[in-house]
Amino acid sequence: MRVILAIRIKDKVISIKVKTITEAVADLCVKSNYELPKDVIGKIKEAKAKEKSELGNYCFDQILRNLRIAKMKKVPICQDTGMVVVFVEIGQDVHITGGTLSDAINEGVRIGYERGYLRKSIVDDPIFSRKNTGDNTPAVIHTSITSGSKINITVVPKGFGSENMSGLTVLKPTDGAEGVKKFVVDTVKQAGANPCPPIIVGVGIGGTIEKAAMLSKQALIRSLNKSNVDAKMAGLEKQILIEINKLNIGPQGFGGSITALSVNIETYPTHIAGLPVAVNIGCYVSRHASVIL
Amino acid sequence: MKKLNTPLTKEIRCSLRAGDRVFISGIIYTARDMAHKRLVETIKKEGKLPLGRLPFDLHNQIIYYTGPTPARKGKIIGSCGPTTSLRMDKYTPILLRAGLGGTIGKGQRSEDVVKALQKYKSVYFAAVGGAGALLSTKVKKAKLVAYEDLGCEAIRQLEVIDFPVIVAVDTYGGNIYGRNFKYR
Repeated sequence: MRVILAIRIKDKVISIKVKTITEAVADLCVKSNYELPKDVIGKIKEAKAKEKSELGNYCFDQILRNLRIAKMKKVPICQDTGMVVVFVEIGQDVHITGGTLSDAINEGVRIGYERGYLRKSIVDDPIFSRKNTGDNTPAVIHTSITSGSKINITVVPKGFGSENMSGLTVLKPTDGAEGVKKFVVDTVKQAGANPCPPIIVGVGIGGTIEKAAMLSKQALIRSLNKSNVDAKMAGLEKQILIEINKLNIGPQGFGGSITALSVNIETYPTHIAGLPVAVNIGCYVSRHASVIL
Repeated sequence: MKKLNTPLTKEIRCSLRAGDRVFISGIIYTARDMAHKRLVETIKKEGKLPLGRLPFDLHNQIIYYTGPTPARKGKIIGSCGPTTSLRMDKYTPILLRAGLGGTIGKGQRSEDVVKALQKYKSVYFAAVGGAGALLSTKVKKAKLVAYEDLGCEAIRQLEVIDFPVIVAVDTYGGNIYGRNFKYR
């Protein structure tokens, strides 16, 4: 009986070579730095139509022209080509062969950043030497195991103009929606012109502090055409977006109607004693690209 | 829309107002965090007469806060948009005192910098952050000047034509960021 089971499981397992993963990551690094996802471009155009300030419109004109030039001339959209965050969903019937997953991903980053003429912005030791690693590695890798026999890879080159302006706190359970709203709006207010508005606001609520931070990053790359699946949360997203756009920070901080393109909230159950909230700010150059292997 | 040529004389600087849209043509120098640290260390070490020892004469010049992506073969420069200026705030007043005419970056400056801009009659310009591909088309020449070991953070001399910026802080304390600015 045992033997038969083993054979059955073996039959289902799919092998994926590390080389395939490396190539995919390299391609995604290059692609994501030259061209924004359609939903992001759509939101930028939508926002331009709503912007009332003249300087705001001047910014939107440059922003859209820049996106066209980057795509056409194969020049990175922004010179900060980011630290690479990689989300990997691995089907539990997948067997990775020929090396380790993290080596494969980092090799992909190395190749992609060289091939795409992308800037290498990573330093080895964050405090003392701060020596550039020279190839934009290592990436920040988040893996999760799912069902099935595929690997889903999402590459997110994250710029630090906006990453630097992010925030994390643990509110009291009774602070509720108002407390969350205040923390998010205050974080955006404090960031002001620095994170290159119009921004996208990723909010992670619940779990533990690292879970909230992780959710806020995942929220950033959720389609801008989708709201949170829960109606109450979707309502909170809308309310916070309205509050943020009342701040009059405007495109590039020059004043105007559009400070944020979207507020995306992702949540997780949490402890009776706490309410962790993480705000991950992303600039309008919200780069990410995915592939399923 | 105003057009101006470098060097950025005092006369030009004082003619600008926060909110003005400007096209800059001529020479500008790139420098960001590490290059600033070295420039200021040199000035401090040399005392009152630092200029001869600096990699370039700061007088009436413009520093652009950028770290470009590598240039493709046969191209002048890669993507070269502005980086966040606040990280340079602690060094800027010393450079202004040494004669620097203007700076280009993105985002608000500290109170100290705004005061120093008034004192030394210097201008802070903002370029559109994230528009590095567009801005790269305005660069006609690029030459390495100093600190090659810093890679993308080295000081480069750029020759630009019609480089689009906005006057963010003028010589009179007018500031596009914050309360005293009515947006137009």
